[in-house]
Amino acid sequence: MILSSIIPQPLARLPWKLLFLIVAIGLFGLVNLYSAAGGSIQPWALKQGMAIALFLGMAVALSNVREERIKPLVMPIYGAIVIALVLTDAMGIVGKGAQRWLDLGIIRLQPSEFMKPTIALMLARFYELLPAGDIRSFRAIWPAAALIGVPALLIIAQPDLGTGLMVVFAGVTVMFLAGLPLRWFLIPGAAIAAAIIPIYEFLLHGYQKKRIDIFLDPESDPMGAGYHITQSKIAIGSGGVFGKGFMQGSQSHLQYLPEGHTDFAFATLTEEWGMVGGTAIIIAYLFVLRWAMKVAANAPTRFGQLSCAGLTMVLFSYFAINLLMVMGLAPVVGIPLPLISYGGSAVMTVMICIGLLMSFERQQRSRSSSALS
Amino acid sequence: MNAPIRFTAVHQNLTFSRRMAVVGGAQVLVGGALVGRLGWLAVKENQKYNLLSESNRVQLIIVPPRRGWIVDRHGKPIAINRSNFRVDLIPDQVKDVPATVAVLTNLLALTPDEVDRINRDIKAAVGFQPVQVAENVPYERYAAVTVRLPELPGVQPMRGFSRFYPTGPAVAHLVGYVGTPSAEDYKKTKDPLFLTPGFKIGKQGLEKTLEPYMRGKPGGQRIEVTASGKLVKELDPKPDQSGSTVALTIDAGLQEYAARRMGDNSGALVALDVDTGDVLAFVSMPAFDPNNFSSGIGRTEWRMLSEDDHKPLINKVSQGLYPSGSTIKPAMALAFLKQGIDPKQRVFCPGGLRIGNRFFSCDAKHGSMDMHSAIERSCNTYFWSMGLRTDPELTTEMVNYLGYGQNFPQMPVNQRFGTMPSPKWLEQKYKRKWQGFDSANTSIGQGYVLINPLQLAVMPGRLGGGKLIQPRLLMGAPKPPIAPVAVDPQHLAIVRDAMSAVVNGSGTAVASKLQIPGVLMAGKTGTAQVYKLTQRKVANSNWALRDHALFIAFAPADKPKYAIGCIIEHGGFGASVAAPIVRDSMTYLFDQQKAWATLAPMEQEWGGSLAERNARRSAAFKAAAQSAAQLKAAAAKADDGQAGA
Repeated sequence: MILSSIIPQPLARLPWKLLFLIVAIGLFGLVNLYSAAGGSIQPWALKQGMAIALFLGMAVALSNVREERIKPLVMPIYGAIVIALVLTDAMGIVGKGAQRWLDLGIIRLQPSEFMKPTIALMLARFYELLPAGDIRSFRAIWPAAALIGVPALLIIAQPDLGTGLMVVFAGVTVMFLAGLPLRWFLIPGAAIAAAIIPIYEFLLHGYQKKRIDIFLDPESDPMGAGYHITQSKIAIGSGGVFGKGFMQGSQSHLQYLPEGHTDFAFATLTEEWGMVGGTAIIIAYLFVLRWAMKVAANAPTRFGQLSCAGLTMVLFSYFAINLLMVMGLAPVVGIPLPLISYGGSAVMTVMICIGLLMSFERQQRSRSSSALS
Repeated sequence: MNAPIRFTAVHQNLTFSRRMAVVGGAQVLVGGALVGRLGWLAVKENQKYNLLSESNRVQLIIVPPRRGWIVDRHGKPIAINRSNFRVDLIPDQVKDVPATVAVLTNLLALTPDEVDRINRDIKAAVGFQPVQVAENVPYERYAAVTVRLPELPGVQPMRGFSRFYPTGPAVAHLVGYVGTPSAEDYKKTKDPLFLTPGFKIGKQGLEKTLEPYMRGKPGGQRIEVTASGKLVKELDPKPDQSGSTVALTIDAGLQEYAARRMGDNSGALVALDVDTGDVLAFVSMPAFDPNNFSSGIGRTEWRMLSEDDHKPLINKVSQGLYPSGSTIKPAMALAFLKQGIDPKQRVFCPGGLRIGNRFFSCDAKHGSMDMHSAIERSCNTYFWSMGLRTDPELTTEMVNYLGYGQNFPQMPVNQRFGTMPSPKWLEQKYKRKWQGFDSANTSIGQGYVLINPLQLAVMPGRLGGGKLIQPRLLMGAPKPPIAPVAVDPQHLAIVRDAMSAVVNGSGTAVASKLQIPGVLMAGKTGTAQVYKLTQRKVANSNWALRDHALFIAFAPADKPKYAIGCIIEHGGFGASVAAPIVRDSMTYLFDQQKAWATLAPMEQEWGGSLAERNARRSAAFKAAAQSAAQLKAAAAKADDGQAGA
């Protein structure tokens, strides 16, 4: 917090360290997109820059909304998104493909995108309303499971396995933090582990199965779908410690690396900036996450605690899933690395999460300062 | 877990902060794992991925390496490379494929078949993989393409190399030929070189077995390309490394001479150095012209070659198996001597011998024979009766020891090594006891005895030189010490003396005396039955039923230096065809001028030299192929007409 009489109060109250971090990551991403386009701000860097600026402004605006104003909106928004998802699936079937919902010019949004932060808020709201004594009863579980399951299944049916997994991931984390008995996590966890093979056999689409097959053995299909993982590892591995230099990455510039500006942008970046550049991004993200976890830990209300923790998990799952995938530790599920990968949707979702987190943080500070003064 | 009585907000807060620590710890763990993985890829495996990224980035437009030469023992070329003109096409650089192909069709006078093939190759080509348009292009057509080059982007006129065998058919079965690698060859190696136009691999003979030495390493233009194969920039070219020259023990002059001396006969001749085992000639005739094979021969030519009853496609030297006939007798005699037969002991030949209830008839009523005269005059009766008096197992052992039925593993050629039968072998193979008539048959090289022409030269070589030579074809190959033949030198002398008498005394081959002052040739004739003896007269009218003629020899008789084995298929009596060919070939080794002088009038009679006759035959093949194509085209036209009507 910068305290100065010159800077107006609302500005001074922003978490500047966090914003610097976000802007730094975003700028690094833009530089990388500039290189990926062969030294041009078209077609990606400029649009991405505009998206970051727009949504960062939105996040700052969102940080001014107080918890009391957010809470009553959670349930209607959740309901609206579920309805939108149902419509999307229905129209998607008609339109034979994944249906886009909103076209904002800069980005195209799917309702599933909004579900990521909303699921955190929704579950936080649910556990806030649940009496403390009920947390160990079945009443604490089935509504939450339904709240997660319905949208998650609708999203997976689109089909968008990655986003579906993120929704489940954020939701289950909130359930865990709400204090449900551990057996409710261990038993289903074991059950899922046991059900992996049936799920793989019966629930997944052919191409999703193939992604997992190829993840387990990328060399089995070096020219097909395994190509992504193989080429991404080549890009990262050949970068070495200091990288091949800005605009010198042969993997991305000669198009050996597919999706070098979207899902695999981290590989493009690491090829040119080396392990040093890649580690800088990872550490920057970990700092953002640490800030968010602190906000969650310091939240005075149960809704605030759980919401913030859930939003943190959304940020974390973008970061973790994308990087695990790009480095060949997880199957390719199509999750971008926000601010680095080209694409406004992820930037928007991340900024919504950050905006909300900033809002909670601002209230903590004002509350504590008002309590002090 | 002890169920608390009441779970309060305080508990909830406690649980929350504990579990937050777990979640936060998990995040840090994942972050650490990611950094660790990044380090593993970028530091530990950096080298591997650097290599992979380079092989992604850089591609080679391969220029096939020049093949190593094959030379003879004096460095005279047997197989070399001649530069030729070729035209390739890089599909990726061609703007308008159909138009370009049309222009090239016109300029190079391509046939519809070739155009079809080119269009197919273009469709199958990937990126910078060149496609062959034509090879062995005549200079005028090549120049015509070069002139139009500015309007034909992607067309690559190049100088290539084609394999050239100066003596053509004379070395065909020895060196084999080269050809374009097949799809299976490529599948086995996955080497992109195999898809490069102009690249040839050995398909047969030494070209095939010595392929690893002669291939060399390809060079070419290095280019940086994108994943889709677009050229980004040209890098430094990589020079090619031509294959190694292989020196053979062959005497190219003798090889050519012997091949030509055979005329229109079907047969094989092998000449050896009796001291070293060096193979000086390795001739199988008639043969195909390997020069025609290197650019792929037409179907008609192939059919005509494979239907020829003189079998020009078969390497008779190492793949042909024949009864040895009487050429076995010197070895038999040595076996008898070793088993204690007195060379002075006489056998009376009344024109045959009764064994059991069968009468074996000899070629003549030779009268009283000792070992010397029996070899000299080739008396079967003597060998039959001596064969019956000795142990067939030991006898076979000796003949086999001298070369018949042996495999020569250090020869880089495929061998069918035939049979030298013995009682043990008979028991194993046919489950029957050795009979008297088996001894009789074997002792005159009939029955189960089957040999190849290589063995036919090794046997007189070992007898003449007294050394257990192994035939050797590669000059550079290590020379293991050669053991002497393990027999009494006096026994060897008896046999050599008799063999000298065959040619120089009153033997079966006196007509083939060497016409070189001071040099005598020793030898032995052989006549191998193709058809039943009793019907020989009938058979003589039909080439394919006539006996094979064989002759083995070494010279000089007193101090042997060279050995030759020769078989002429269906040549009749051994002395009549095979012996003169051996005599003239042997003459070549002592006096080349004299040998050529003998050959000249013969070739005139046969209708020209080997090269001339071969050229005529090739022309005939071409004409036949053309008329076949015309017939086909006419038939197709007729069909079209009918369809249209």
